Amino acid sequence: MAAAFPTQEEFLQAQQQRHGKKLQQKFSSARAAVCGLGGLGSNIAICLARAGVGHLHLIDFDRVDLSNLHRQQYAAAQIGMYKTDALKETLKAISPYIQLQTDTIRMTEENLGQLLEHDSIICEAFDNAQAKAMLVNSVLELFPNKYIIAGSGMAGIGSGNCIMTRKITPRFYLCGDEKSDVADTPGLLSSRVMLCAAHQAHTVLRILAGETEA
Amino acid sequence: MVKINGSPTDVSGKSIREYLSATDYDPTRIAIERNGKIVPKAQYGSVILTDGDSLEIVSFVGGG
Repeated sequence: MAAAFPTQEEFLQAQQQRHGKKLQQKFSSARAAVCGLGGLGSNIAICLARAGVGHLHLIDFDRVDLSNLHRQQYAAAQIGMYKTDALKETLKAISPYIQLQTDTIRMTEENLGQLLEHDSIICEAFDNAQAKAMLVNSVLELFPNKYIIAGSGMAGIGSGNCIMTRKITPRFYLCGDEKSDVADTPGLLSSRVMLCAAHQAHTVLRILAGETEA
Repeated sequence: MVKINGSPTDVSGKSIREYLSATDYDPTRIAIERNGKIVPKAQYGSVILTDGDSLEIVSFVGGG
């Protein structure tokens, strides 16, 4: 016989037992945006959902492709779906009471102000270097009180120990080795991309916990 | 001297744009922090670097 499906209260209690009531309260009441749902974004979102972050805002324009499955948290059966819809399905299966907002749209300098208006912590998880710079610059210029956590340099087979988090300004954290460009390497490996995503997700949790050093 | 990514550099009196044009930085891939604050892209031409400034230039690479 299958076990009874856990209630929302049981879910919260289990998270409180693991993280402590005080810390869980900070996670549960938080809202974070994940911009780009590829190798970085899909892993960041899963980490944050497992930690019990109460509200995630998922933004991506693209669909799941066979070429994504070597590193992105999607299943073969999800090929062809919008990444927003596929990841929503996965996150709801992991954490059924999480609140999710999805926007299936390409982020531009013109629309990002409106899209990110209500998110206090923003994860940059694009794959294109110009798009990364555009998002980071725009967020820091438009919203001096929001946090942005970006990822840069996680391609190739280089050592995992080179992936780090640096605090650039009081509101801007940068994760990655800052060097390994996908254009100069054989490609992206799930393990190294996950390391960078884990740095980004962990920085979000640390900020929520009041630990603001990198 | 202006400290750029930790190295003292002799660029006092130049604008950020002037400094960048003499380097390999791709202005479309960077973010610049000056004395703890981000420099808006539109101000790269008008911000003049002065002695004692501390600059951190972050250059993004592809992959995600």
